[in-house]
Amino acid sequence: MVAATAAINPYTPTQEALLNGLFALLPATAVLTDAEDLRPFECDALSVYRRLPLVVVLPETIAQVQAIMRLCHQLQVPVVARGAGTGLSGGALPLGDGVLLSLARFQRILHIDPHNALATVQPGVRNLAISEAAAVHGMYYAPDPSSQIACTIGGNVAENSGGVHCLKYGLTVHNILMLKVVTMQGELLTIGSETLDSPGYDLLALMTGSEGMLGIIVEVTVKLLARPERAQVVLAAFDDVVKAGEAVGAIIAAGIIPAGLEMMDRLAIQAAEDFAHASYPRDAEAILLCELDGSNAEVSEYIMAVRHVLTQSGATEVRTAVDEAERQLFWKGRKSAFPAVGRISPDYYCMDGTIPRRQLPQVLRQISQWSQEYGLAVANVFHAGDGNLHPLILFDANKAGELARTEEFGRRILQLCVEVGGTITGEHGVGMEKIDQMCIQFQSGELAQFHAVKAAFDPAGLLNPGKAVPTLHRCAELGAMHIHHGQLPHPELERF
Amino acid sequence: MADMSAALQQQVHDAIYTRMPLNIRGGGSKDFLGRTSADKVLSLAAHRGIVDYDPRELVLSARAGTPLAEIEEALTAANQMLTFEPPHFGAQATLGGTIACGLSGPRRPYAGAARDAVLGCKLLNGHGELLSFGGQVMKNVAGYDVSRLMVGAYGTLGVLLEVSLKVLPRPAAILTLLHECPQSEAIRRMSQLLSQPVPVDAACYHAGHCHIRLAGSEQAVQHAHEQLGGEALEKCAPFWHSLREQQLPFFSGSKPLYRVMVKPATPPLPLNGAWLLDWGGAQRWLVSDEPLDRIRAQVSAVGGHVSQYRNTAHDAEVFEPLNAALFNIHQRLKNSFDPHGIFNRGRIYPAL
Repeated sequence: MVAATAAINPYTPTQEALLNGLFALLPATAVLTDAEDLRPFECDALSVYRRLPLVVVLPETIAQVQAIMRLCHQLQVPVVARGAGTGLSGGALPLGDGVLLSLARFQRILHIDPHNALATVQPGVRNLAISEAAAVHGMYYAPDPSSQIACTIGGNVAENSGGVHCLKYGLTVHNILMLKVVTMQGELLTIGSETLDSPGYDLLALMTGSEGMLGIIVEVTVKLLARPERAQVVLAAFDDVVKAGEAVGAIIAAGIIPAGLEMMDRLAIQAAEDFAHASYPRDAEAILLCELDGSNAEVSEYIMAVRHVLTQSGATEVRTAVDEAERQLFWKGRKSAFPAVGRISPDYYCMDGTIPRRQLPQVLRQISQWSQEYGLAVANVFHAGDGNLHPLILFDANKAGELARTEEFGRRILQLCVEVGGTITGEHGVGMEKIDQMCIQFQSGELAQFHAVKAAFDPAGLLNPGKAVPTLHRCAELGAMHIHHGQLPHPELERF
Repeated sequence: MADMSAALQQQVHDAIYTRMPLNIRGGGSKDFLGRTSADKVLSLAAHRGIVDYDPRELVLSARAGTPLAEIEEALTAANQMLTFEPPHFGAQATLGGTIACGLSGPRRPYAGAARDAVLGCKLLNGHGELLSFGGQVMKNVAGYDVSRLMVGAYGTLGVLLEVSLKVLPRPAAILTLLHECPQSEAIRRMSQLLSQPVPVDAACYHAGHCHIRLAGSEQAVQHAHEQLGGEALEKCAPFWHSLREQQLPFFSGSKPLYRVMVKPATPPLPLNGAWLLDWGGAQRWLVSDEPLDRIRAQVSAVGGHVSQYRNTAHDAEVFEPLNAALFNIHQRLKNSFDPHGIFNRGRIYPAL
């Protein structure tokens, strides 16, 4: 779009000033304006939303980021930050009149300190690269989102990413110590510290998961953990998803916190099995993968206990991976569930609600009923240990109206998650995708408070505007209005 | 066991109307923490009761005025526990006060702090609005993490009404190992544990002995004991309890007590006084007559920070002062929650 029509100057005077300023601050290779160069940045992993930015900048130093932010602040130009672009909620969707600030060139691991169990890295370092670098000390960085080979630690902080091991090891927020952040005004803040807490408010928690709305993360200090001596996985098959759900509660009631506890339903099992040949039982209605880690003796003890609980819970088959290769194979099936489903359907839409685990049977029953009503198949993949549900709705975008029906189905699932005491997003973030569902999750008071928090950092509203927190007007005007406990969510607003 | 939300909300509205600031108080056991307040007390003591607890969900929700002891009793009955082993500092300790002060005990470096356990909260902000953030589920990234922002904010941002916490099963076995050694060796020993796959859940250095607490399955604990060696301390619970509650003789004097936070492997600091190292060396207690400025200078030189804890005047800078840029953000955040400045004025910093 921009710059494609070379004959006439496509830029406004402000945009001219911005581009001139950026070219003065950065090497020419760090400022992209041609449409073909902008194209790779038009979307993140939620590719239904696409837009070309006005300009992409690729700074390499904190001083450059500060200078870019000062310039944008002075010219009142919005800024969207981007890591590897693996986000699933459109959080890094560019703005047509804004700067897309890529942290891709911040790729250095600055410091690994095994004595204090921490590592300081630049935000563009890949999640897995931290664990690889720490491995020589027998340590690793715990959060492991499924995109960990590609996603960056800066993006992980912005989204508060999780992974299959969150039940035992927590999310990003539990595994970082300190951030360096550049504000919209270009000021460099150090948030948190290398010690276990810091004076003042817990801004570290506030920044984590703030989706690029409060500041640009330019350095991250993470906590490292000792790599467990052994990890082992047990696979259990069930002839009924409800029984599998109850088995999850029974494992926890037995006092065991597995490192990972994953569930897949029939359609997901079959798709994964066709794709990854993970030796899953194809006739099962549900399988559970239960990973236990710790010392050798401890893992052996827990495996015995878990096998017992699973059998008692009515599992039709319980298998312990015989060796590391089989453990990896069991996980390969689970980790390839999304691409596997992608093979059996032209398109799929991944939902990300979290529910209290006890609500699982009810929620699965309702999803299955809607699936029939909408004529859209659903494969369920579930981080069962922490209640994070990923229903994948299968559809064909080329069939008229299917995308719209899919989105409506998805909205109803998220609304159901809220109604049973859960949330609209467990780990993918709100971004663009779930901005309307925020009106279901929160009332006006909370949304107004969120806007006030943002204004404390970014009074002009230039950082990633229009994402993560909807305006009260948007909520009022939206069809997303619903009656909760007999009350309209935003009673003080006029309805049009 | 009553829901006093409406009455509390009315008192906040009155305070806004009359511009009479409030001093939020649960059981009063943490009055000594932070800077002192002479403002009118808003008591949360009657707003109590466990609202929801399903052991299989690993989540407990309770009103802020619920005594910590009552919560721990309910958890113990289900063979579960609070992950962060909070100090009570008195029988009247409430959940709200513990969370507002962000207090964690010996298990903190290995199982997370109070803020790590918080999943959601209900609060009254400075407009008198009853707001709900986070939830009762482990994973939730909808909206800013306001619930965790409340932890350690000492009530300056709002009145906590209800808190939801992640809880965990109690370990099947606990064993404490003792090693007699000088402080520098204890620091090295505790630091080395961080990169070893051993089930340590507390480590401190006190009275010439390194105390390492193991927790986990019977076999895990036994295996780690063989690996680490050391003399097993019989009936270790009273020791860790006294440490957590600051009831060891170390804490009983009348000299100033400072909380010194450093990286755990930091070598012994050149400050005169008596030291007790908790949190594997990351939280160090110092009883000393050294001037505060000198203590702050030594500690900030190694990237740490200091707060005054006991036996000092609590009307100056109790906590480490913030730089101007950070303080500015603090003031704007405070203003965004409490625009009339009615909650716990000056409890953390004089101008906040």
